[in-house]
Amino acid sequence: MGLTPAETALKQAPDSALRPAQPAGRSVVSQVSPNWLTTRLDFLVNWARSNSLWPMPFGTACCAIEFMATAAGRFDLSRFGMERMAFSPRQADVLICAGRLPFKLAPIIRRIYDQMPQPKWVISMGACASSGGIFDNYAMVQGIDTVVPVDVYVPGCPPRPEGLLYGILLLQKKVRGETLADRSIREEHPVAPGSLRIPARLIDELSEPFGNSIHQTRSA
Amino acid sequence: MNPSVEALRREFGDAIGVAFTSCGQSIVYVDRHRVRDALGWLKVTPGQSYDYLVDVTAVEYRDPERPIEVVYIVRSLARRAELRVKAELAKDEPLEIDSVVSLWRGADWLEREVYDMFGITFRDHPDLRRILMWETYAEGYPLRKDFPLRGRFSRAEQVRQAMSASTEAQYSLEELSIYEAYHDLPMDMRERLARGARGAIPDPPVPDDE
Amino acid sequence: MSKRTVEFDLATPGVDPAGRAVRVPLGAAAVEEREPDIGVEHMLLNVGPQHPATHGVLRLVVELDGEIVVRVIPHLGYLHSGFEKLGEYRHYNQIIPLTDRTDYLSPMANNVGFALAAERLMGIELTERCKVLRLIACEMSRIISHLVWLGTTAIDIGAFTPFLWTFYERERIYDLQEAWTGARLTTSLTRVGGLLADIPDGFEDGLRACCTSIPKALEEVDRLLTRNGIWCARTQGIGVLTAEEAINFSLAGPMLRASGVPYDVRKDLPYLDYETYDFDVPVGEHGDVYDRYLVRMEEMRQSVRILEQALARLPDGPINVDDPRVILPSKTAAMNDMEAMIFHFKQVMEGVAAPVGEAYVAIENGKGEQGNYLVSDGTAKPVRWRIRPPSFINLAALPKMAEGHLLSDLIAINASVDIVMGEVDR
Repeated sequence: MGLTPAETALKQAPDSALRPAQPAGRSVVSQVSPNWLTTRLDFLVNWARSNSLWPMPFGTACCAIEFMATAAGRFDLSRFGMERMAFSPRQADVLICAGRLPFKLAPIIRRIYDQMPQPKWVISMGACASSGGIFDNYAMVQGIDTVVPVDVYVPGCPPRPEGLLYGILLLQKKVRGETLADRSIREEHPVAPGSLRIPARLIDELSEPFGNSIHQTRSA
Repeated sequence: MNPSVEALRREFGDAIGVAFTSCGQSIVYVDRHRVRDALGWLKVTPGQSYDYLVDVTAVEYRDPERPIEVVYIVRSLARRAELRVKAELAKDEPLEIDSVVSLWRGADWLEREVYDMFGITFRDHPDLRRILMWETYAEGYPLRKDFPLRGRFSRAEQVRQAMSASTEAQYSLEELSIYEAYHDLPMDMRERLARGARGAIPDPPVPDDE
Repeated sequence: MSKRTVEFDLATPGVDPAGRAVRVPLGAAAVEEREPDIGVEHMLLNVGPQHPATHGVLRLVVELDGEIVVRVIPHLGYLHSGFEKLGEYRHYNQIIPLTDRTDYLSPMANNVGFALAAERLMGIELTERCKVLRLIACEMSRIISHLVWLGTTAIDIGAFTPFLWTFYERERIYDLQEAWTGARLTTSLTRVGGLLADIPDGFEDGLRACCTSIPKALEEVDRLLTRNGIWCARTQGIGVLTAEEAINFSLAGPMLRASGVPYDVRKDLPYLDYETYDFDVPVGEHGDVYDRYLVRMEEMRQSVRILEQALARLPDGPINVDDPRVILPSKTAAMNDMEAMIFHFKQVMEGVAAPVGEAYVAIENGKGEQGNYLVSDGTAKPVRWRIRPPSFINLAALPKMAEGHLLSDLIAINASVDIVMGEVDR
């Protein structure tokens, strides 16, 4: 489950007395306040991570073809260090969900996401992965963020390769903004089978059709 | 009108119902209990030789009084002729019809899809189970007109049910090597397999002297 | 560490006289104590649904005897998007964007196929220019579909370079598609009675350039693969289907033709004036993966031939049918003329109603015979929209083709079926 803003603020508070007691075994780094040494280390680690994000192409539909086109000769993901497609989640950094996610596939993407080791990020490529797209029906998950946490949403149907590249650049920027001093960013939040990642009320609210779509018989 | 319709009427008499053309294509209604015989006759009779099954599907109309129709589109490759055969299934009776897998193996998955989307059972089908939705899908048969576009459950409930579906437990009996030994299996295991569960490791037996 | 010799009691009974692995049913005695070992002799391997070589979200449960495939059972539905249900809530023109997303490797052909079915239902005759342009769209789609197939199949079998070459050629056609429709992939080209727009300037020159560059790229791939020892060893004799089996499985397209059945919808049930064009349909002999490769390569060359003829005969004239009930009037007309404004209003708000009836129209897609079966009850939304999916039906033959082959052959056979999961699952 995500942290409330209050809890997040608490975790990042410089005064260690305000933070909840760390369980035994946590490293000393998490209790060090950010200083020039951690920023140098962060810069180095984040530079390495952002420039060699190995993508896990979870390609389902049309966006997968645009993803392949992005990886191919004209647009070339290799310039960003991403040409090494990690088809095994164990070796991947970024899960790029390219395409629509039906309900039958939802436990699969959750499992793939859980199998990825930290640090890991998720790019939701396309309108269907971000919100369900044009498929507001019985079969489609209305946005993969109901199932896995998402870092960057790339809109488009399908997004142009340049659009995906922009999303990747945004992700790189996000990666460069991370810090090793805050361990909570890289915590695993497993979801018990049969339970939800975000509250049910929130899923219903996000999936709610709006505008004319509230009428089933209208298209948009 | 395709001359095969007349030939069918001569051969099967009363089992053949209305026939008409729509947009230049011939459609003939056949009694649901004789459909497999009629299609088999169309397939093997020289002069008809509809050796190619194009499609098996079903149609439910918006008018609730009209029965559901199972549609077979057959084609004769050599004669370049096509015929659409329909069978009506009244909604107040169980939706069952004979399977044509014995005639065309291509009908296997097509009939499974009709079962998945409409709930029509095909008798004698070797492996009738859902193909597009997962096997424990509880909301119903999606292409029926009383099934709403967005499904019957709330979105959160749909996500929850989807996430609870076990990703492994989709084996049918036909897949497992125990298919031939089905009758030797104990009853509870047969039930578990029928439900789609992969089985549980039983608890160790409690010793009597404790 | 002490060395240990472990002795196995090999329980595999071996192969039967025909050379196929023997399937062992479970005995009754083993059942009683515990959950039965499924495949003590055979291993159950799960390929997919997330897998680079399944061409989408396809799940294959493979029962293996060592490396030999005893049984393979495909599980589908991982991309089921409810297209046919959605179609019942959309006007005919609103369904066109949905058709892009079924076979997303050849979107314009899907658009054309659906529009032809809707026009048959409504009894609309197309203009000459529209027919030629739609034919051009279909052949372009066939080429890009086969190019993807070629690139990905080569990767599956181990050759990476053709992928880059074929995708570069696809980019040329994507540029043309983008210039014409505004989108690289989800084109939504057709409307009932006409097209989205006429071809822009420079389109014909661009297409002519493609007609010279694509055969060159094919020739390069040909030089790399066709007489390559590894390629031939991996594809010849693999996944054989006889002509009778292919017809019985209702296969279509290159799968059917590679098995020796000379059936092509463009020749046998012609649409868009295909009978007036001069082209050949390649038919294979052996029905193996190699023949399917040769058939598809030759089909691409024949498509280029058809494109050149179409470009030569492209007539001038309107692209849309002159029927204001079906085609949106021009903007100036709608703004100035009352009648045109009413037509515009009715089409946008109510949609174009089709008369009561039904129509099944098939086109020859890159994958095979793709048909659209539309049933209308007199309203603007179809009662039933059924896509006859060639990939779905072709895939059903996979278990038959793969039995007795090695696991790596299974990947090659799966690649040769040329499936696109958007069409398989709809």
